[in-house]
Amino acid sequence: MEPDTVIVNGAPRPLGAPPHTTALDWLRGQGFTGAKEGCAEGECGACTVLLARPGADTPTEWTALNSCLLPAAALDGQEVVTAEGLGTPEALHPVQHEMAVRGGSQCGYCTPGFVCSMAAEYYRADRVQLNGSNGFDTHALSGNLCRCTGYRPILDAARALGQPDLDDFLAARRHQPPPPTPSSRPGLAEVLRLLADEPDALVTAGCTDTGVEANLRGARPPRLVPVDHLPELRELRSTPEYVEVGAALTLTEIERRLDGAVPLLEQVLPQFASRPIRNAATVGGNLGTASPIGDLPPALLALDATVLLVSAEGEREVPLTAYFTGYRQTVRRPGELIRAVRVPLPVARTAAFHKIAKRRFDDISSVAVGFALDVDGGIVTRAAIGLGGVAATPLRATATEAALVGQPWTDETVRAAAAVLATEGTPLDDHRASASYRSAMLGQALLRLHAEVTA
Amino acid sequence: MIVGTPLPHESAALHVTGAALFTDDLVGRTRDVLHAHPVQAPHAHARIVRLDPAPAYDVPGVVRVLTGDDVPGVNDAGVRHDEPLFPTEVMFHGHAVCWVLAESLEAARLGAAAVEVDYEPLPSIVDLRDAIAAESYQGNRLLLESGDVEAGLDAAVHVFEGETEMAGQEHFYLETQASLAHVDESGQIFVQCSTQHPTETQEIVAHVLGLHSHDVTVQCLRMGGGFGGKEMQPHGYAAIAALGATLTGRPVRVRLTRAQDVTMTGKRHGFHATWRVGFDADGRLVALDTALTSDGGWSLDLSEPVLSRALCHVDNAYWIPNVRAVGRVARTNKTSQTAFRGFGGPQGMLVVEDVLGRCAPLLGIAADELRRRNFYADGQATPYGQPVRHPERIERAWQQVTESGELARRTAEVAAFNEASPHRKRGLAITPVKFGISFNFTSFNQAGALVLVYKDGSVLINHGGTEMGQGLHTKMLQVAASTLGVPLAKVRLAPTRTDKVPNTSATAASSGTDLNGAAVKDACEQILERLAGVPGDTWEARVHRAYLDRIQLFAAGYYKTDGLHWDPGAMRGNPFKYFAYGVAASEVEVDGFTGSYVVRRVDVVQDVGDSLSPLVDLGQVEGGFVQGVGWLTLEDLRWDGRDGRLATQSASTYKLPSLSEMPEVFNVALLEDATETGAVYGSKAVGEPPLMLAFSVREALRQAAAAFGPPGTSVELASPATPEAVFWAVERARERSLSWTG
Repeated sequence: MEPDTVIVNGAPRPLGAPPHTTALDWLRGQGFTGAKEGCAEGECGACTVLLARPGADTPTEWTALNSCLLPAAALDGQEVVTAEGLGTPEALHPVQHEMAVRGGSQCGYCTPGFVCSMAAEYYRADRVQLNGSNGFDTHALSGNLCRCTGYRPILDAARALGQPDLDDFLAARRHQPPPPTPSSRPGLAEVLRLLADEPDALVTAGCTDTGVEANLRGARPPRLVPVDHLPELRELRSTPEYVEVGAALTLTEIERRLDGAVPLLEQVLPQFASRPIRNAATVGGNLGTASPIGDLPPALLALDATVLLVSAEGEREVPLTAYFTGYRQTVRRPGELIRAVRVPLPVARTAAFHKIAKRRFDDISSVAVGFALDVDGGIVTRAAIGLGGVAATPLRATATEAALVGQPWTDETVRAAAAVLATEGTPLDDHRASASYRSAMLGQALLRLHAEVTA
Repeated sequence: MIVGTPLPHESAALHVTGAALFTDDLVGRTRDVLHAHPVQAPHAHARIVRLDPAPAYDVPGVVRVLTGDDVPGVNDAGVRHDEPLFPTEVMFHGHAVCWVLAESLEAARLGAAAVEVDYEPLPSIVDLRDAIAAESYQGNRLLLESGDVEAGLDAAVHVFEGETEMAGQEHFYLETQASLAHVDESGQIFVQCSTQHPTETQEIVAHVLGLHSHDVTVQCLRMGGGFGGKEMQPHGYAAIAALGATLTGRPVRVRLTRAQDVTMTGKRHGFHATWRVGFDADGRLVALDTALTSDGGWSLDLSEPVLSRALCHVDNAYWIPNVRAVGRVARTNKTSQTAFRGFGGPQGMLVVEDVLGRCAPLLGIAADELRRRNFYADGQATPYGQPVRHPERIERAWQQVTESGELARRTAEVAAFNEASPHRKRGLAITPVKFGISFNFTSFNQAGALVLVYKDGSVLINHGGTEMGQGLHTKMLQVAASTLGVPLAKVRLAPTRTDKVPNTSATAASSGTDLNGAAVKDACEQILERLAGVPGDTWEARVHRAYLDRIQLFAAGYYKTDGLHWDPGAMRGNPFKYFAYGVAASEVEVDGFTGSYVVRRVDVVQDVGDSLSPLVDLGQVEGGFVQGVGWLTLEDLRWDGRDGRLATQSASTYKLPSLSEMPEVFNVALLEDATETGAVYGSKAVGEPPLMLAFSVREALRQAAAAFGPPGTSVELASPATPEAVFWAVERARERSLSWTG
């Protein structure tokens, strides 16, 4: 393919987008107005489109992404399918047909986005029909908001879908290799050199945070350095001593590939944002922004994880407990790049992730607690508790851990430790929750864990 | 008969393929469009001391800065003349003080940032309670009175008093406000606008430009949701686009970002209420004395009619012989709150449902029994004097929900579950809805339509209503096809335009189908009458013959609702054509550790008369219910008390119900044998009433929280009942348990 070309709905188009253009605005400018802007921060899903991405079960997967967060430049060399490309009013795609006849659209504004999310799940290669269910994972639609229908007809549409026909060209496309990384993209060495030369360059991997900063707060960083494509950042390795997760792996890829190695992480990921966000967001991004309300840090802290930072000078390993230094501040030096995080093995046998939020899914935590405990012979032998949302940085609940380790795993111990946990951190009042609720939730988290484990 | 057939939305195939065009989708199809960006004030209340647009012109791409000096007509965006389009006094955080037009949205944004404004901050009131304390009110005080409240309370066996507060709600239509204006080839101003009220948009564009209504045409293709938020709110933005177009000679696009939309446009009113209520020995309501104060924000907008409807719904489905309801609109330094599905009805009804939910345990009567005991019966009238017709439908729907929802069995199951489960408790509640249909203001209850039959027998219909997803156009196509006796495919519907049908009312008050449907039907009947006796084997042949015989093949239809009268001063009359009824039962499960909850099952029976379009009506019932659940549980508007800034101005901080809030089981039935005589094809309005079925979820949450305490625990539950609010309610119930057992 020619450089600076995008295939949209099967036909190549020159990209040629001005700097800071989102993929959404570029597509709409090209006449693909099915994709809509509803929130410009990846929350409502009206902008969802499909991209051909490397797959787990087939060489290529149709991946639902929020085009409002994606820079148009990231489309270079990619294949995009929009609602217009799935079918036409005269020849509806099966997903479009089910949505239309079941009353899945009312005002119709969110509909093209829903259709794309639903199509991504329709084409998921490991979706299997079993026991009368079509295997549709409705969480595939958790990143799409509808203000009209109340969702019931949309769910019915999803559950009515069969398997793609043999002559379905989008299904067939999955069995071909994904679009290659454009040769113009720099490799790791060049990226590290660039970061050393330009300390103000902004590393991106997924753009689910930088996209929001750009759209809602007008951030226009002079230089973006995407690293999503670097193979060195896209490995998931298991050794007897640790599991190492590449910084540029998306959360969806990690979910698919962890394979039971770290149960605590597998509890976090389904609660982490929506499917389209997880299709873009990366571990490296979540640790790089160092938000105190990110969902991974509390879990990774509880897992005693370390961060591997690479620079032109070499690589160093930093315990996560020493990584965060202040509000969105870390020990990462200019010129350094997060290559991976490492979770030491064996992990604790009791693991739990408690996320407190207004909405059950796709919400930002008011409080998040990661637990990793071992109880041997009725005595707590290991306790690591990571907290989010209660201070300027994610932190470990060290006083609570001390109140647990060496103590019998009893109501009495737990009540005392819960009282300690409720005093950890320095929670604030804000629009998500009051400080007193946040503190209460810390204490309640331990009570709940104990009740659930001993039930 | 095509009416009564379950059909998908007329634009469904366009929606799902992205082919359905919305106002802002037209920008890429229009040449030389200028993009508008507002300059928003960073103060809740301030005087503008200096406004210098000059630096904006240094930004490449900026073409024009619009200020108050540019307005040739009236500098006002409302109908009450209290909403200056370009203010000299900032009245809320985010108030737009001027607009920048540029070649790109990016240039307009940078230009807006370059405009220099000096403000002199003034004292502000943001919180509703502070406004009440300061007696900061606007508009008229309303008083609804019937019977003798003092005597009723004196005679009551049980008297309780309390306060009820409820938050507002952001519309969060997925499509933000959008207008695209240009001066057309005949010199007329043509505005494409996402508006529920094209006529009023037209009038306001005309008065801002100093023109007549015939100089301005407004078209609404369709809206990406409205819910009342596009009844009054679009006018000012349309006027900005039109003003820009006349001054620059180029098309101008105003499309708000989500943050601009949420920070600048009005919302559902939050309310504060105080109440005293009296019951007799059997738990029958004898008197209600209540004072409702709505948080109107900075200007009146629709706050008075909203308040009026709130007062007219404090009875909900219950007969209260002695009522005194006083209403005020508070003025605060917030967005100007406006229409939102239910239009004050939900807020009024929440008061009485809160009263009953809190008093039932104190009276020792199960909440469902207390509610049922107080239903209206035949022959009784509302506090404003309107006889309640068909009150037996409340009882019938209640019975049907009780039986189909197996409430007797499930109530026992909930009790058994709660007995065995220390950390999770369930609640199962059933609540009724009675909602008055018609605009309270009698004059609005009229509509027009234009039906054109072409020589080949094809039919084009226009009517004054707008399509926002509610399926109005689907129903209008069905009405036209049914009345003319032609297949649906013969009928096409053209987008709503003010040059086709003039002087329309807003598509609001759930009345779109009643009014426009009757007008379409009237036009079709006129044509049919003229066709009577015209020979021909087919419709096409008769039409062609009629043309040759010089018979007029088009007609203007008109309808006005008969029998309405309303005295707004005395708050008495017959303001409603009829009442829409519904009943819902909801079961929830609350986690005592966190206050989080799930809705396990919902059963609904809704009275929609003879449904014109059952799939559309089902969608309205389900969608309205979930939107109501959002208002009552999840959607949490928070203003920063210090500077009046809206803290929840994005989708990430203001959470709408998502798929995960779907009830696990959701059964909706339409009430059988419910013909509404006098309405189009025996149908009933469906847009707003189902929203209030969501009270069943709030009451179920209250009962689940109460189950953490001893029997007889009366729970005060904040609205919205977020997980945090439920947690505190659970904690208070548990504290009662401790003191009770200890």
